[in-house]
Amino acid sequence: MKNFGFSVNKSRVIEYDQNDRALFYYLMRVEPSVSLCIACGACTATCSAGAFSSLDFHKIMLSIRRGEKVYIAKEITQCMLCGKCQLVCPKNVNTRGVILQILSFLQSSQL
Amino acid sequence: MKFDWFVVPFAVGLVGLILFLTLKYVRWILSLPKEERKKIRKSFFSTKIFAFVWEVFREALLHVRIFKKNIILGYMHSSFAFGWFLLIVFGAIEVEFANSRHANHLYEPIFFRFFHRDPSVLEHHAFFTFIMDAILLYILSGLLLALTKRLYSRLMGMKKTTRLYWTDKIALYSLWLIFPLRLLAESSTAGIYANGGFMTNHVGSFLANLLPLEKIMYPLWWMYSIDLFLFFAFLPFSRYMHIPTEIVLIALRQAGIYTKNKITGFSQLEINACSSCGICIDACQIQDVLGRQNMIPAYLFQKIRHEKVLKPALYDCLICGRCEEACPVNINILNIKVAKRNEKLNHKHQQYDYLRQVTTELPKTQIAYFAGCMSHLTPSIKKAMVSIFEKTHTPFTFIDEDGSICCGRPLQLSGKIEDAKILMQKNKEIIAASGAEILVTSCPICYKVFNEEYQLAIKVMHHSQLFDLWSKQGKLKLNAQPIKASYHDPCDLGRGSHVYDAPRHILNQVITLQETAYQKEHSLCCGGSLGNFYFQEKDKVQVAQDAYDKIMTNHSEMLITSCPLCKKTFQKVAEKPVIDLAEIIDKALMQ
Ligand code: SF4
Ligand code: SF4
Ligand code: SF4
Ligand code: SF4
Ligand code: SF4
Repeated sequence: MKNFGFSVNKSRVIEYDQNDRALFYYLMRVEPSVSLCIACGACTATCSAGAFSSLDFHKIMLSIRRGEKVYIAKEITQCMLCGKCQLVCPKNVNTRGVILQILSFLQSSQL
Repeated sequence: MKFDWFVVPFAVGLVGLILFLTLKYVRWILSLPKEERKKIRKSFFSTKIFAFVWEVFREALLHVRIFKKNIILGYMHSSFAFGWFLLIVFGAIEVEFANSRHANHLYEPIFFRFFHRDPSVLEHHAFFTFIMDAILLYILSGLLLALTKRLYSRLMGMKKTTRLYWTDKIALYSLWLIFPLRLLAESSTAGIYANGGFMTNHVGSFLANLLPLEKIMYPLWWMYSIDLFLFFAFLPFSRYMHIPTEIVLIALRQAGIYTKNKITGFSQLEINACSSCGICIDACQIQDVLGRQNMIPAYLFQKIRHEKVLKPALYDCLICGRCEEACPVNINILNIKVAKRNEKLNHKHQQYDYLRQVTTELPKTQIAYFAGCMSHLTPSIKKAMVSIFEKTHTPFTFIDEDGSICCGRPLQLSGKIEDAKILMQKNKEIIAASGAEILVTSCPICYKVFNEEYQLAIKVMHHSQLFDLWSKQGKLKLNAQPIKASYHDPCDLGRGSHVYDAPRHILNQVITLQETAYQKEHSLCCGGSLGNFYFQEKDKVQVAQDAYDKIMTNHSEMLITSCPLCKKTFQKVAEKPVIDLAEIIDKALMQ
């Protein structure tokens, strides 16, 4: 098949009923700037870690709202906390704050 | 034997305190790694002991560094420390003269006037009473200043004084009472037996006219002793723990011990050596501009001592070093903060398996240039650097041209020190593969970590240092520009790495530099720091605006900095152009 340089995501169902949105509520409390994200993807485009790994910060931001903790827990540990995402974010989300809070939430919830 | 029951509270308090402190210090010192304990043992038998005594005299007694901040404040602190010290020394000598035997009781100098009422039998009586009264007066004058400071701190160059914890308050008030009580007790005895000096005799005869001295003399000595007990009992749980701790701290520091990435017994000493003097309060821009106070060392250390650390107190900090610069005890505040962050984070490690695919195949030249994440987001800086290398015909390897992995300092600042080491290892491989002799960075954040943590075998330079070197070698031919500009010292380059002169040398050849009160050590942080994890955009903008307004003088036509992050942060609030040193050099460079 011809390689166009991008692939198609697998179709899937988001099970809102089964997902646990605790992380989202936690972040809304401790780092409310999480709510400003418009999923523009600028963070992903500039991400230092994303250039070499599957880390996709804007997908993480979406997953936070959807309550997909398992995905987040797997991906987030690839971040280098370099802060590029924060500098390019048009909505001024405190991305490093979000990441650090996610890490500490996941720790305390034993994921 | 000279004894009265009222000496018991004092004696119990003092002995208890000494036992308690000894236990604490021994525990902290024993918890240090073996090599460090060896260093301490070695320094005991070396000439370092002189340096130790000298520093204790200067800093723990005279408080020279506080004098340098403000003379009145220095006088106040030294009157308590040095005054009390003199009182003890002369008191001990006086007892030696008064008694023929040498084994005197601990309490005898303290309550001397009570036990020795007949001046005619005492040797050099007039001399000692004069000296002791003069010293007491010296302390009381300091006490008066301390009271004034509580009411009007600006007199001593401080906008704010420290809020106190309740144990601090008890210790503080009992300390303040010690000297007036001593004056009253000694004066009451002097009023009856005329065994005092120029002050106590006069106060005594004055009191004798008003009060039945025979009745109140004894209770006053009791009160004096009980007050001493109170002070000793609360000292270890209050900020006055700094008095004995600073001496131990100086000794260990002289032995070459410092806090690095972990909280150790030494860090505990540092934390307890903080006198809550509050000098760091005014230094902090978060406090000054945003009114938040949690992160200020005076309060943070207070909380750590009482084992109450809230996360915002640790993470809402720019790690800008202004407080550390101001601290008269020279506490390594930033390292303690980062180590404390590390202690707080016990979560899973980061996963950096993907680093394996990062290529290390690089052309070999003398100079390796590392732009760093932040310069990649301010492309004008890296373009200027490339252009400068080309104009000066300098072969170089751009080691992170196609994006890079981070230098590790941001991760380290978050407290994830072990994880940062993985990135550092990879970068080391890349740098080694470049075969370069000099590593040049444009970002002070990278510079600091490459310079201090990586332990590279090659020279690490910030671009300002490279330009300075080149200009000394005659390699840079610069055109002077008719521009008046302010220069901003970035935190990690200035206070963080002490690079103040290199950028100035080079700028002075090109433009007219405007002096401000906020330069070099006193520079302000732009607010964009990667050390702060709580800052929201509006916080950042407020801090940046405040700093920009203070740095820019009326005549400045532009703001020059040496940090990509500063440039980006200031650009948001600046009315005039903000440019990097590399950009102006590129412009001024003759081909
Ligand atoms: S750049 Fe900011 S707004 Fe855009 S997706 Fe990322 S976090 Fe959301
Ligand atoms: S901080 Fe993390 S998510 Fe953001 S750009 Fe850097 S590596 Fe990517
Ligand atoms: S950290 Fe230093 S400046 Fe701040 S209160 Fe303590 S001793 Fe004073
Ligand atoms: S490092 Fe800077 S921001 Fe942090 S407490 Fe000290 S002065 Fe304030
Ligand atoms: S960006 Fe510049 S001023 Fe801001 S913290 Fe870093 S070095 Fe300091």
